[in-house]
Amino acid sequence: MTPNPTAPSKSSRRRLVAAPALLAALALTAACSNSSGGSGDGGGGAQTLSGDCAKYQPYAGHSGTTVTMFASILSPESDNLEKSWAEFGKCTGIKISYEGSNDFESQLPVRVAGGNAPDFAIIPQPGLLAQMVKSSKVVKPPAQTVANQDKWSPVWKTYGSVNGTFYAAPMSANMKSLVWYSPKTFKAAGYEVPKTWADLMALSDRIAKAGGGKPWCGGIASGTATGWPATDWLEEVVLGTYGGDVYDQWVGHQVKFSDEKITAAMKTVADWMQNPAWVNGGYGDVKSIATTTFQDAGAPILTGKCLMLQQASFYKAQWPKDTKIGPDGDIFAFHLPAVNPAIASPVEGGGEFLTAFASRPEVQAVQNYLSSSDWASSRVKTATGWVSANQGVDKSLYTDPIDRLSADALTDPGATFRFDASDMMPAAVGSGQEWKSLTAWFAEGQSIQKTAADIDAAWPQ
Amino acid sequence: MSRLNAHDGNPLGTRRGSPVRKAFSSPLASVFVIAVTVLWTIPTLGLLVTSLRPKQDVTADGWWNAFVHPDLGLGNYHTVLFEGGSGVSTGLMPFLVNSLAISIPATLFPLVLAAMAAYGLAWVRFRGSDTVFFVVFALQVVPIQMALIPLLRLFSGGAHLGSLTLIPPVDLKGSYAPVWLAHTMFALPLAVFLLHNFIAQLPRDLMEAAVVDGASHFKIFRSIVLPLCTPALASFAIFQFLWVWNDLLVALTFAGGTPEVAPMTVRLAQLAGSFGGRWELLTAGAFLSIIVPLIVFFSLQRYFVRGLLAGSVKG
Repeated sequence: MTPNPTAPSKSSRRRLVAAPALLAALALTAACSNSSGGSGDGGGGAQTLSGDCAKYQPYAGHSGTTVTMFASILSPESDNLEKSWAEFGKCTGIKISYEGSNDFESQLPVRVAGGNAPDFAIIPQPGLLAQMVKSSKVVKPPAQTVANQDKWSPVWKTYGSVNGTFYAAPMSANMKSLVWYSPKTFKAAGYEVPKTWADLMALSDRIAKAGGGKPWCGGIASGTATGWPATDWLEEVVLGTYGGDVYDQWVGHQVKFSDEKITAAMKTVADWMQNPAWVNGGYGDVKSIATTTFQDAGAPILTGKCLMLQQASFYKAQWPKDTKIGPDGDIFAFHLPAVNPAIASPVEGGGEFLTAFASRPEVQAVQNYLSSSDWASSRVKTATGWVSANQGVDKSLYTDPIDRLSADALTDPGATFRFDASDMMPAAVGSGQEWKSLTAWFAEGQSIQKTAADIDAAWPQ
Repeated sequence: MSRLNAHDGNPLGTRRGSPVRKAFSSPLASVFVIAVTVLWTIPTLGLLVTSLRPKQDVTADGWWNAFVHPDLGLGNYHTVLFEGGSGVSTGLMPFLVNSLAISIPATLFPLVLAAMAAYGLAWVRFRGSDTVFFVVFALQVVPIQMALIPLLRLFSGGAHLGSLTLIPPVDLKGSYAPVWLAHTMFALPLAVFLLHNFIAQLPRDLMEAAVVDGASHFKIFRSIVLPLCTPALASFAIFQFLWVWNDLLVALTFAGGTPEVAPMTVRLAQLAGSFGGRWELLTAGAFLSIIVPLIVFFSLQRYFVRGLLAGSVKG
């Protein structure tokens, strides 16, 4: 098959081998010379910071070092993060090399398993944090970071902990229990912002009967994550109906989806967001909720075709630039009332946790700084759209009314705060079957029993 | 279409009068081909038109409305190139440079290695050469997704057998090298297979004549084999270049997303922002990333058709 013209001479064979080897060597030298950038003058030692930099003295002594950070936050939000620690970096000489990716959740486990973990990851899901801790690559925080947790309500510490050990300090908090509406439209029609669930339902009915716009709009389409806004609706109703204990048991699967408590909550959601007379303002029937993207969902509020949208505080980024947001503006939000009036101010929210994979002194210095009230204040001052549940942050720093509203609810000691349940359930359910089944529930009118049974069946044993 | 035209660029040479060729040159077939081409191009045209429209128009109606109410501008392109999309300080330029710095070496390395390996396996007789060839070819079945973590471990931790270090860990973090190496490794099986079949079918007389004239293996490879298998090399180069240029997974895993090393694909994936607020920039970004592959394709195109038949039937 492969004819041989001649017996090869020894020298020619050697040359044949040498060429690729030379090429590979060239590639490696080129690569090595490329990778050495980044660290500057080195050294450090006992350095004293003065003037504006004096407040960073506790973090000094690591000049010329670089720490890497990997997160799911992309620009423009990540630009504000980088700005918020720019002064820290300039004063201490610690460079924070930030990398944002929208494949964060799948890339982080790959990099950690491959021995290529970043120094820090900003993890938004306690479930992913637990998975990372299991890999035994997560490093426990230094004492100062632990002490900084006093400024957060204790429930936050449990969300940064795995099996009772505290690993990751929360950086930000967001509030999901908000209803977006148009104060202008409400005022013109003489509607009041409802204070109780019964008021909210009565108002919806009144709007529906009045004709014109429908009371609610919604959209749960979000690419491969389609269905997640529907999980929030269910979570808010479960939390607002039964309170924190049942919610926690539900997250831990002691209370199953097919439990009558949860199916009753699903019925409440169905009466609200699957009511053909109430949805889907501006888009069509109930099924259109499944095909409307969550980004577009609220747009009809501006034209009056829809009056209310239940969506998280970060939905603010979706309004057109010239929209006036505020209590007297085009758009504002109110706190979704509890289904059961006995539950004190239920707040469903999310947050991001700073997880360290290294214990070098400069990494710990950054970890201490980012868990402090100073940094939280610095981030709040940099730009709107960021809320911390850190009680050491002066509320007057929040210039945006939505941020202020969220901050008030999140730091309220009387509120029943719970973390987004689907982010805490095992990924196979919380970011898998629950999304799929709830989407089918909206898109195909699948029964509550089947939806609940399907989700339970996907729970890892 | 006619016999005259069929003369040049006909890779099969002798089969000018075959029924297949006749069927393909009938006017009906031409109309069909043109229709398919137009249909095939419409989405790309839509992408181009969308990239030129401002955001509020794109939200309001479909791209075809641009022909009725033309309101086209280069605003999106300006934002993507110089402002970097959703507010990031650098535009697309550093990522374009990274893409080139990744794609060109990641195309040349496997090309050079595979051409040499293919010649060696085809014309240098040694014990087990067929087995080596078969094993190399069989390696194609390893999916890249499965090899990511082991490869990453190899780079960051080296390979050990007990206390014996087989391969020392190399600190390649934050450089192009891991991406080059990964792409080279995964390209080699197909490249060796493709080029081997092409090179093995070169006329034996040529090789023998060269040997009689006293040429060494390297001389034969350089002066006879390489010029003769240019079509195969070019077609593989196009394949590999397009694959590397469009790759997101390998780049994301081995290079990461920092502006120092990340290619265009990584940046495109982030362009719309955390909550998809700037999605109108994606079309412009996509078009900018098409330009380079188009240049490569058109400049190597004349080899492509010939090279496609590399390793298949020879007339």
